[in-house]
Amino acid sequence: MQGIPLTHILFVSTALFLIGMYGLFTRRNLITMLMSIELMLNSVNINFVAFNKYLYPDKLDGIFFSIFIITIAAAEAAVAIAIIINLYRTHTSIDVEDATEMKY
Amino acid sequence: MAMDYLILLKQEWMIALILFVLLFIKLGKDIPNATLLPWINGLLCLNLLSGFFFNQEGMLFGEMFQTNARLVMEKNILNLALLLISMQAYDWLLAHKHLIEFYLLLLTAILGMFFMLSSGNLLMFYLGLEMSTIPVAAAVNFDLTRKQSSEAAMKMIISSAFSSCLLLLGISLVYGMSGTLLFSELPRHLSSAPLYILSFLLLFSGFGFKISAVPFHLWTADVYEGAPVSVTAFLSVVSKASVLFVLVSVLYTVFKPLADTWYNLLYLLSMVTILTGNLFAIRQNNLKRFLAFSSIAQVGFILIGVSAGTQAGMTSVIYFLLIYVFSNLAAFGVVSIIGAVADKHTIEDYRALYKSNPFLTWVLTIALFSLAGVPPTAGFFGKYFLLMAGSAKGNYGLILFASLNLVISFYYYLRIVKAMFMDPNEKPIDHIQVSWLPKLALIICLAGILAAGLANQLYTYIFSLCSGL
Repeated sequence: MQGIPLTHILFVSTALFLIGMYGLFTRRNLITMLMSIELMLNSVNINFVAFNKYLYPDKLDGIFFSIFIITIAAAEAAVAIAIIINLYRTHTSIDVEDATEMKY
Repeated sequence: MAMDYLILLKQEWMIALILFVLLFIKLGKDIPNATLLPWINGLLCLNLLSGFFFNQEGMLFGEMFQTNARLVMEKNILNLALLLISMQAYDWLLAHKHLIEFYLLLLTAILGMFFMLSSGNLLMFYLGLEMSTIPVAAAVNFDLTRKQSSEAAMKMIISSAFSSCLLLLGISLVYGMSGTLLFSELPRHLSSAPLYILSFLLLFSGFGFKISAVPFHLWTADVYEGAPVSVTAFLSVVSKASVLFVLVSVLYTVFKPLADTWYNLLYLLSMVTILTGNLFAIRQNNLKRFLAFSSIAQVGFILIGVSAGTQAGMTSVIYFLLIYVFSNLAAFGVVSIIGAVADKHTIEDYRALYKSNPFLTWVLTIALFSLAGVPPTAGFFGKYFLLMAGSAKGNYGLILFASLNLVISFYYYLRIVKAMFMDPNEKPIDHIQVSWLPKLALIICLAGILAAGLANQLYTYIFSLCSGL
């Protein structure tokens, strides 16, 4: 713990966030897009826990926030997967390129 | 102390109570929709009325939850909108198999909005925001067999998840810099350091997605078109109004030290939003899509009022949103009745509507006049106060730009009025028998449109509640 400065951890979390963003924009499969979103949420979790541990060790705000983020991410994934299943039933595909009923 | 939990959380308890009642009805014996619907609407009416009594100010849970007269009034506006939407959905829900689930989803969403409005802490705010978007995404998918509905729900859940990721990154950076999540402590720490500006921009883009301000508006039209009309009405009125209420109070209190930054941001965003909303609204043919772009343009006007940063600015935003509830719900009410009964959705189908359905035509006409801002209707006064508040900063270029765009917006609103009154149609919509609940809702909306602008006590009342910024 002693040897790792905060900036290293922030670098990892920012990299994770950007990787998740890149995945969300380039992937065409909805499940993979959902995984990218989870990646972004988890990078924010790393941020919160690291800030709490290094900068404000006497309070627990950050750790609690990350617990709530995990909970909400689960709820969001549940609804999103239900929607994706229904999309598969109506479109017989979970590729976003096939969901083109509505355009300008 | 125990009484505090009962009285300060009164409106939240009411919603939770209705949720439980509906859950028990769902688990119990099957009751026909025709007997159930008047009861549910009665409960919602009771819910609205309960907001006017026994109000107190105070804080709970270590400043996590706060309430005061202004917040109670904002919640009342949301309750009123929910009641009107529920009454208008009568015809559609009457034959629907999953009646109770519809109310469960929307009531859960509105409970989340209440917690978001009352939040005094970024954690509470985030929880409320998510609680108000996830159920709505499920409600967008309510026409399970329709292709468009599931596509719209997919677009909504992905884009709202992405926007909340950006919001969370902003919150985490604010937390890292200041070490606190409380709204009351944050202003002391905020400065114009670059990292604060970055985290503010991330937070603001989260807000921008929810209110569909322009760079973040791309999901709006598709979701509005694909969702069932009642859910579209809920999205465009209740969701949007709740996030705008929070945006105003967060910008005016928490982010006050960054006032210069957000003023420039709002200046830019409102101009782009109005212009894009107007230009795209002109070329729409589907009425729901048209109303989506018109609501984007309206958000641009609201942002001008927000940019004022004064008591008058906050008042004009709340006042405009109250009027917006009436006028937009009147328009959506007519669209939803015609969509449910005759299954007609485009402007061509509405030609010569006046010959067969004079009442619906007049309601839609007055609603469109109010959205455009024609003087005797309330929409004119709403827009007037927004621009007045915005002009207090002395940026007359922005006000001139907005006024010119008002002229453009007349073109596309009046195009529909012209189609209904003047254009001939070989296959007009048959006469529609409107049931009493939707009719009552439309009459309430009409009364609101005509009275809210002329009753100037309303504006002064809201103004008195917005003090203490």
